[in-house]
Amino acid sequence: MTPARTLYEKLWDEHFIREVGSGLGLLYIDRHLLHEVTTPQAFEGLKLAGRKVWRIAANLAVADHNVPTSHRDREIADPLSRLQLQTLDANCAEFGITEFGLHDPRQGIVHVVGPEQGFTLPGMTVVCGDSHTATHGALGALAFGIGTSEVEHVLATQTLTLQKARTMLVRFEGSLAQGVSAKDMALALIGLVGTAGGTGHVMEFAGPAVRALSMEGRMTLCNMAIEAGARAGMVAVDDTTIDYCVGRPFAPTGQSLDQAVAYWRTLTSDPEAVFDRVVEVDAARIAPQVTWGTSPEMVTSIEGVVPNPDGEHDPVRRAGMARALAYMGLEPGVRIADIPLDKVFIGSCTNSRIEDLRTAAAVVRGRHIAPGIQQALVVPGSGLVKAQAEAEGLHRVFIEAGFEWRDPGCSMCLGMNEDSLNPGERCASTSNRNFEGRQGAGGRTHLVSPAMAAAAAIAGHFVDIRQFHG
Amino acid sequence: MDKFTQHEGIVIPLDRANVDTDAILPKEFLKSVKRTGFGPHLFDGLRYLDPYRDEQSNALRRPNPDFVLNRPEYAGATILLARENFGCGSSREHAPWALLDHGIRVVIAPSFADIFFSNCFKNGLLPVRLTAAQVDTLFAQLASTPGYRLHIDLPAQCVRTPDGTSFTFEIDAFQKDCLLNGLDEIGLTLQHREQIAAFEARRLADRPWLRADPAGH
Ligand code: SF4
Repeated sequence: MTPARTLYEKLWDEHFIREVGSGLGLLYIDRHLLHEVTTPQAFEGLKLAGRKVWRIAANLAVADHNVPTSHRDREIADPLSRLQLQTLDANCAEFGITEFGLHDPRQGIVHVVGPEQGFTLPGMTVVCGDSHTATHGALGALAFGIGTSEVEHVLATQTLTLQKARTMLVRFEGSLAQGVSAKDMALALIGLVGTAGGTGHVMEFAGPAVRALSMEGRMTLCNMAIEAGARAGMVAVDDTTIDYCVGRPFAPTGQSLDQAVAYWRTLTSDPEAVFDRVVEVDAARIAPQVTWGTSPEMVTSIEGVVPNPDGEHDPVRRAGMARALAYMGLEPGVRIADIPLDKVFIGSCTNSRIEDLRTAAAVVRGRHIAPGIQQALVVPGSGLVKAQAEAEGLHRVFIEAGFEWRDPGCSMCLGMNEDSLNPGERCASTSNRNFEGRQGAGGRTHLVSPAMAAAAAIAGHFVDIRQFHG
Repeated sequence: MDKFTQHEGIVIPLDRANVDTDAILPKEFLKSVKRTGFGPHLFDGLRYLDPYRDEQSNALRRPNPDFVLNRPEYAGATILLARENFGCGSSREHAPWALLDHGIRVVIAPSFADIFFSNCFKNGLLPVRLTAAQVDTLFAQLASTPGYRLHIDLPAQCVRTPDGTSFTFEIDAFQKDCLLNGLDEIGLTLQHREQIAAFEARRLADRPWLRADPAGH
């Protein structure tokens, strides 16, 4: 009898080629996603060494971090951005790698595009030079971010040398309250375990509240596993997973699909499997979350107040809190619901899929953004998400409410293109990082769910989405 | 990649936890298609008082005198001392590139984020994990010792302080070997080329849907 294994252990064994040195495994990589920021130096390395791409069909490239989200017909103004995009085009052309170009309707954020196309599927190893590759783990895949040297290694060898991670089971018991979403689950978890809570671990999300999530909700949750320090996040395969995958452009069909589904159904942790660590969270007790500081673990609920650093015993943490409050321009004791906002951003690989846009549109329908809001952006995760939203008329709902309706890309999640915060501006954002300067030098980020961001845009300050309807 | 064996240098104290990769190298500087030239922007947001405009005017910016990197006593420092969870955030290898470009060869902290930790080894930057108590000791010694230097002995896996104390650290044998010999990891992996090819052939036969080719659509 084979010993009970966790989902991670099954995926590890499935891709294990051989041991290299002390306890390190050489693992086969099924899928590699590329974008413009972390690949130029990898292709350069490949060329300098005279190496080829090992398996061209395993790769898919799409520019997202640095792309304009409006006026795509014009030439990109910033010469550095332009060169970076041209470099990706040229490298893909030279090595024969498929790229969804800026004018391809399938272009979008890599982590939205991969699952949407069925390019990433259950049971695969998926890597990308981007930490939020964890997103694809929602499919029951082993997906994680890598650095540029590893991008080059994957291009040249279709493998990675890896240390086996520890396993952590995160069980969400019970069910979420109305208006509370996967984003709130992720933020509440990070508040609980901290941004280093998952270091060295792969997290598997389980429990009734995870089973009840749609695939898109699971992607939101896995996306933020990296913010909890984990190498990867994953969810076991069930009917929701399979229903999502069937019919996608690169997904199998016919006999090959039957064979795939039979295999995918095995991608769960065995009931007897032992995890190195187990964390349990009561989903019913999660209130809508809002970050107040400069790390995703600096988070509280909409019912909370900005904490006082004096109450923190650990001196390093206390200093960190004080620095965060100074940067955020907040005083201890201020009610989260009283924090006024300048901008709102709905987008990013965390929350830019069709369900996110539907949820936000339902909140703003028939209303208008508050006078104090200088800019409210909706940036769909891909061209296909955008087209779907337009087919449903969501773009009109947003535009009539005073939002700008943009083309797909990372946009104000990291502000590498022209969409960024000015110093001192305060933003409700559906993205995943509130680090200093993340959305623009001096910009102040509060991470929230799409519903909370939409409601904040209408009210001009944070409001409890559970009381906002009606 | 440069080999790493012994290293001695001035230590710069960055007394913060959760130093993220956006802080180490902000996204404004990720547009480069090169591996070098990031040094002047290491900790850019903390390091200068005025905002970045362009490369030409960068030398005219006002350094923030309160930020450690700008203090004269740490000029030429090659070892960075920090707190928990150093390097959290994005996978950008630009972070270790910027540290190296500035002249840093060793980062000492109680813990590191996983991707940053692995990225360091690919570039000859040594991340050293000591206990929180040992890191406390180093911060305390540094505060009371002008020109504080440490000696890092990779073969012996230890950090030696000026008073002769030595703290040992753990390091994976493979990663240690790569650093000591400046090995090309891709070259090493390609020694297993036949085994990889055989594994791949078997895998694509067993799981035929993996053959889906994006170029075919
Ligand atoms: S949307 Fe933000 S977090 Fe996601 S890949 Fe783009 S920059 Fe990274």
